[in-house]
Amino acid sequence: MDAKVRELSYSQAVQEAMAIALESDPRVFLMGEDIGVYGGAFQVTGDLVERFGPERVIDMPISELGGAGVAVGAAVTGMRPIFEFQFSDFATLAMEQIVNQAAKMRFMLGGEVSVPLVMRFPAGSGTGAAAQHSQSLEAWLAHVPGLKVIQPATPHDAKGMLLAALEDPDPVMIFEHKLLYKMKGAVPEGHYTVPIGKADIARPGKDATIVATSIMVHKALEAAAALAGEGIDLEVIDLRTIRPIDRETVIESVKKTSRLLCVYEAVKTLGIGAEISAMIAESEAFDYLDAPIVRLGGADSPIPYNPDLEKAAVPQVPDIIASARALVQGRR
Amino acid sequence: MATEVILPKVDMDMATGRISRWLVAEGATVKQGDPLFEMETDKAAMEVEAPAGGVLGGIAAKEGVDVPVGQPVAFIYAEGEKPTVAPQAAAPAVLAAKVEAPPAQTAATPAAAPTASSVPGALRATPLARRLAREAGVNLAAIAGSGPHGRIVSADIEKAKAAPKPAAAPVAAAPSDADTLKLFAPGSYSEVPHDNMRRTIARRLQESKQHVPHFYVSADCRLDALLKLRADLNAAAPVKDGAPAFKLSINDLVIKAWALALRDVPAANVSWTEAAMLSHAHADIGVAVSVPGGLITPIIRAAENKSLSAISAEMKDLAARAKARKLKPEEYNGGTSAISNLGMFGVKEFAAIVNPPHATILAVGAGQERALSENGKLFSAQAMTVTLSTDHRAVDGALGAEVLAAFKNYIEMPLAMLI
Repeated sequence: MDAKVRELSYSQAVQEAMAIALESDPRVFLMGEDIGVYGGAFQVTGDLVERFGPERVIDMPISELGGAGVAVGAAVTGMRPIFEFQFSDFATLAMEQIVNQAAKMRFMLGGEVSVPLVMRFPAGSGTGAAAQHSQSLEAWLAHVPGLKVIQPATPHDAKGMLLAALEDPDPVMIFEHKLLYKMKGAVPEGHYTVPIGKADIARPGKDATIVATSIMVHKALEAAAALAGEGIDLEVIDLRTIRPIDRETVIESVKKTSRLLCVYEAVKTLGIGAEISAMIAESEAFDYLDAPIVRLGGADSPIPYNPDLEKAAVPQVPDIIASARALVQGRR
Repeated sequence: MATEVILPKVDMDMATGRISRWLVAEGATVKQGDPLFEMETDKAAMEVEAPAGGVLGGIAAKEGVDVPVGQPVAFIYAEGEKPTVAPQAAAPAVLAAKVEAPPAQTAATPAAAPTASSVPGALRATPLARRLAREAGVNLAAIAGSGPHGRIVSADIEKAKAAPKPAAAPVAAAPSDADTLKLFAPGSYSEVPHDNMRRTIARRLQESKQHVPHFYVSADCRLDALLKLRADLNAAAPVKDGAPAFKLSINDLVIKAWALALRDVPAANVSWTEAAMLSHAHADIGVAVSVPGGLITPIIRAAENKSLSAISAEMKDLAARAKARKLKPEEYNGGTSAISNLGMFGVKEFAAIVNPPHATILAVGAGQERALSENGKLFSAQAMTVTLSTDHRAVDGALGAEVLAAFKNYIEMPLAMLI
């Protein structure tokens, strides 16, 4: 019963998920800028236009708001659109359709319709693409009831969560960190889903809990491996979904370790770490905290173009090591 | 955002300190690095500098009141930032309440251990520590927090739970303050609150006598040759600006002789640790200096390599600054041995308490004219009695006798010190 498992890159895994969906469900189609013959700005759609034709892999004009409107309308009328933003930053242009239409329609129409829309957002810094092409805006959308927001961190989850998103009756926003596209990992063949709203304990540990998202999961795992040599045993939770948050997994982990460090690339202020911290402070886990909660997030700054400053603007492995060590050794 | 000014930890085992004098007034503008206040540590006074530039506000520690290490004592606000509307407005407000708390509260409980909880309103504990304390019936106020800012963490509760109850302690408990006060008629005494130096002396010497097995050896040393050498050297001192360049004291010669003895018998120049014996490369000699309200032991480093005039000059400087409580912690922390000299008070002989990490301390009595006999003939000569206290874990009896004999040799044949 076990499907064959191969090494695929993150972008190959996303492409494979879309190909499976296109093959098995005639309602599924893709739209986005340069996703046809060019294969997508990050080559995620690749040769899908050759395999499924330009009617199902649609190159759209440079008009995010118009395109998003088409996608919302298609979803409401029975299709299963997968909409790709070239850069997640350009989602700002489509906010009307995402926030006021897609997120509200089921609520405002008394459950008579749903909006089974999937949107993909290549996000994050590290590519030297400067302030308008490097942001992490997932918390903006996670603030809106009616949307689901996920950040798969591995090729395995990228495929399984995209396929789960297609089965979801509500709009699902998928934030994919651009630096993860080349990352390889084990991916089973065929169709499988990874549930939305369920976090993954990427590394069990007992001394402190790191709740990380997207690429920070890997940086946190690297930090945890380094600190294991010092006898510090960190638990790393890959949050995977930031709306709805898997409260139970995080709360149980903090009750076990008594210490919490949130690591995320988005601007620290009002980011997902603020929500996790507040959730823990309000929960039964509060009485288990043995140190102040610590957040590591992006600087309160646009992402700089200068490569050194770009690195300095978001948490790096040494930052996580230093914060986790101080937290566990009781210096916070 | 306001920058916290905290009471820094400048000494290894320092739990509290007190501000002896604020050098800058509330509301004054300071530059980073400006001295803000003078603090009294366990052993000395030192200046603490501004961690940032701005306006000093929210001063929360009065002069002369014990404050836990790490406690914020004031804030530095950015130019134009108003403390009352600062993002952390709550912090100065809480601290302001502390300032108003009557200092009598601390004075009324002089026996209370200097913990975070001795400052009213400053009890800090993590949620986990509070829950564990609640469940175990442990009184948080009686616990010293080991976390930052004196915060009580879960490990402190576990320790408190594991600690034997005072009543069940195998050693007879010291009489309580109330028991002592009962023995005296009210009004027949006055109470002087302990300062940090007094507490430190009490704690360290009690620890030493409880943990260090003391062993003593004494010897009489003839002083005639030493006194003559001292007179000759002082008479020959070059004159600079109308004054002699040095004036050696007996004590300067004793320091040098003891340092050379430790160099010659290196097995006695050691410190005990549970894991290993520390064998020191140099003889760093602490010299007890009596100061108002206590004593302090500044250290002459590598005294075996220093000339008598250098030791003399350094000792004068250290003693003067010790009396003014201006020594830096590195000038009195550590050392490999010590000398306590009560000769100037006419004391004939006494035994001193070893001050760990030292393994030895030399107690020096007064030089006196004594009747001695040699080959059946009675004669008078200058002599003094010295007593060496050793930590027997580190320095055995015969070894103590050997290093004391080396010292006696230098004192009685002092020219050897000049080689």
